[in-house]
Amino acid sequence: MSGVTRRRMLKTLAAGAAGAAGAVGSAGCGGDGRPGDSGGAARGSGAGRAAGGPGNPLAAGTPTDPDLINPTVPWDSVLTEDELRRLAALCDVIIPADDRSPAAASIGAQDFINEWVSAPYEGNQNDLTLIRGGLAWLDREATARFGSEFSGLPAAQARAICDDICMESRAAPEFKTAARFFDRVRDLTSTAFWTSAEGMEDLGFVGNRPMASFEGPPREVLDLLGITP
Amino acid sequence: MTSPAPLTHQDHDVIVVGSGAGGGMAAYVLACHGAKVLLLEAGRDYDPVTETPMFQLPREAPLRGAGTQDKPFGFYDATVDGGWTVPGEPYSSAEGTNFMWWRARMLGGRTNHWGRISLRMGPYDFKPRSRDGLGADWPLTYDDLAPYYDRTEMFVGVYGSNEGLENTPNSSPGVLQPPPAPRAYELLTRDACRGMGIPVIPAHLAILTERMDGAALARGLWPNNATARRVTEEAMNERLACFWATPCGRGCSIKANFQTPTVCLPPALATGNLDIVTDAMVREVTVDSADRASGVHYIDRRTREDVWVGGRTVVLAASACESARILLNSVSGPFPDGLGNGSGLVGKYLMDTVGAGVYAQIPALENLPRHAEEGASAMHMYMPWWLYGEQLAGQLNFARGYHVEFGGGQRMPGYGAFGGLEPLTDGAYGQRFKEECRRYYGSFVFFDGRGEMIPNEDSYCELDTDQLDQWGIPTLRFHWKWSEHELNQAVHMQHTFAGIVEEMGGQVLSTVQTDGSRAIAAPGQIIHEVGCARMGDDPSDSVLNQYCQSWEVPNLFVMDGAPFVSNADKNPTLSIMALAWRSSDYLAEQLRTGAL
Repeated sequence: MSGVTRRRMLKTLAAGAAGAAGAVGSAGCGGDGRPGDSGGAARGSGAGRAAGGPGNPLAAGTPTDPDLINPTVPWDSVLTEDELRRLAALCDVIIPADDRSPAAASIGAQDFINEWVSAPYEGNQNDLTLIRGGLAWLDREATARFGSEFSGLPAAQARAICDDICMESRAAPEFKTAARFFDRVRDLTSTAFWTSAEGMEDLGFVGNRPMASFEGPPREVLDLLGITP
Repeated sequence: MTSPAPLTHQDHDVIVVGSGAGGGMAAYVLACHGAKVLLLEAGRDYDPVTETPMFQLPREAPLRGAGTQDKPFGFYDATVDGGWTVPGEPYSSAEGTNFMWWRARMLGGRTNHWGRISLRMGPYDFKPRSRDGLGADWPLTYDDLAPYYDRTEMFVGVYGSNEGLENTPNSSPGVLQPPPAPRAYELLTRDACRGMGIPVIPAHLAILTERMDGAALARGLWPNNATARRVTEEAMNERLACFWATPCGRGCSIKANFQTPTVCLPPALATGNLDIVTDAMVREVTVDSADRASGVHYIDRRTREDVWVGGRTVVLAASACESARILLNSVSGPFPDGLGNGSGLVGKYLMDTVGAGVYAQIPALENLPRHAEEGASAMHMYMPWWLYGEQLAGQLNFARGYHVEFGGGQRMPGYGAFGGLEPLTDGAYGQRFKEECRRYYGSFVFFDGRGEMIPNEDSYCELDTDQLDQWGIPTLRFHWKWSEHELNQAVHMQHTFAGIVEEMGGQVLSTVQTDGSRAIAAPGQIIHEVGCARMGDDPSDSVLNQYCQSWEVPNLFVMDGAPFVSNADKNPTLSIMALAWRSSDYLAEQLRTGAL
């Protein structure tokens, strides 16, 4: 605890001793009957703080006041093992392995999508319907065309289906819905992949580490852009 | 309702309601002057030093940090129990209005997540009616506030430069911190704008680019006040300079950016003159038999008890609309329409900033060598309004200006990384999609206009008599109407930005509207709501005098965005703080002389 916070608490306690009802509690802990506290705020409990645990003692641990230092996903995932297996096959078609980085499924893109569609928010729930329905459609389509579920198709046959649904604006009318499903999975797979350690390294992101100074773009970049600072 | 025995009436010289930009600054200045201050904050205690997720990655957060109804600006955004909704604290809009009200329930309020953009209002901005006949003039001039802009910038720490441009004031020598070096896309934009006559200059943001010289700054701020000098110097010396990583909107554990819990409150506490009570939701200012403010009622959010505390003076700084709500809910015999509301203007002339933007892709920025572009998190350069002359000459179909905020670069991939590439890549997937992502990385830019709204009688808030919040306090209902000035301005923004993108050889990916109502952001969405208790020279036409003091209740002040008479394109926070400093100097003098 910082000196400032301690001083603040001492001052607050002094105000409480002087009779300011309600002041005493402000030195109290998060999750201590705070409005909206679901009671599940173990991270914010007094016991956790006294034990010097990793939790943030001030955060209530509620959806609107989560512990930002130690994030957790507070909802259960809903996709079945079988759905995940089929989804993984599609993720790998969207982002395959190459000489710079692995394929999307190997970094767990399907697990992120599972987390996404399991979230309790309206947009996520809409995506759950879209993606579950899309997976079912994909296997029906694969079976109808090639006699096998999508994950078992040779690359050329998988591409034949994906080419029909990879762009909504030029998809045939019967493929419009599937194209929306495909685009959503592509976007979510992209998020999962490029935010992974492997994806960030592939991209060459430079940052999220302290620097002593900020010098602006290197000479090479300025020359490529034809600008003088 | 049972009120506990009062905390010895008038034990505190000042009760400050709200710990954001206005309240945090008032508490600091008043405590430095020796006033005994009680600061009431509706939200919880909050400590950026221990709570800020500085280096946490998107992949460590739920949904890769995506915004949700619970955390609208993303998981790591500093906002606690807030956003467009606050649990158990609803608000409503009249038919046809879709006002969006961003609130936070935490020590420091919205200063914890704000954009840190710190632009001074200029001389024109204080006298807009005198200049073009619209809106109303402020009861003070730029020269009246200029010394307080200097003080605020010295205390807060603002980077920027003095360019001497029209209605874009310089700071006094030695006040500003040096601006950071421009990024590649900022330089490319600057060059494209040069031929269009649009100035692209260093932005002004409340972020330290170098350590503060605490001793020198404190001496300059408080030449004759040893206590204030000591606490200010100590607090400044605890702040580190930006280390050019991590987003400011999460807060800053090294105190490099401005938020009141790291900048205003530590020195205020160190004076020994400040008490802070958090989780104190103020609902009413009470009056005594002499019709003076006597104290406030608040709900203790943990116990749900109704508490009364007394004080010699009351400063409301709960945010423009929340302060109006408290005044409107403070009904008594002599004040049947709300405290200090004899003019009927409490809640009236509510304003936000006009917002409209475009999103674009710039081929010149594709495949650039990777390099650090996070910098100070937000913009290093911006465009101040540049068409004052044309506007005054009647050559534009809107009366007031806007500035341009823009961004882009090789940022940390987060939720949405390379989403929406389908139309750009002809539906790429597979190996080609992977290569397109690498190619496009860092090549997207956005331009956002931030423009002045002229106050009007149809934009206001009032009590919603049909709705109580969970604390039993009547809530607000909003009314809104844009004029042609704002709608035309929004169209001008998008078309101007499309021109810049074209000049850069890029393509606009968003829709450029010709209908202003489609271009403009929702009212409230820019989170610059000001007005609702405007200041003025005439008690019949204003709520406050130029010191943010109620005309009718002299020991009542409002020191947030509510006193604003107009809402220049300059983001309001710096002006809120400068006004709060000036008004707190005045209040402290009134206390010293016994006038209050």
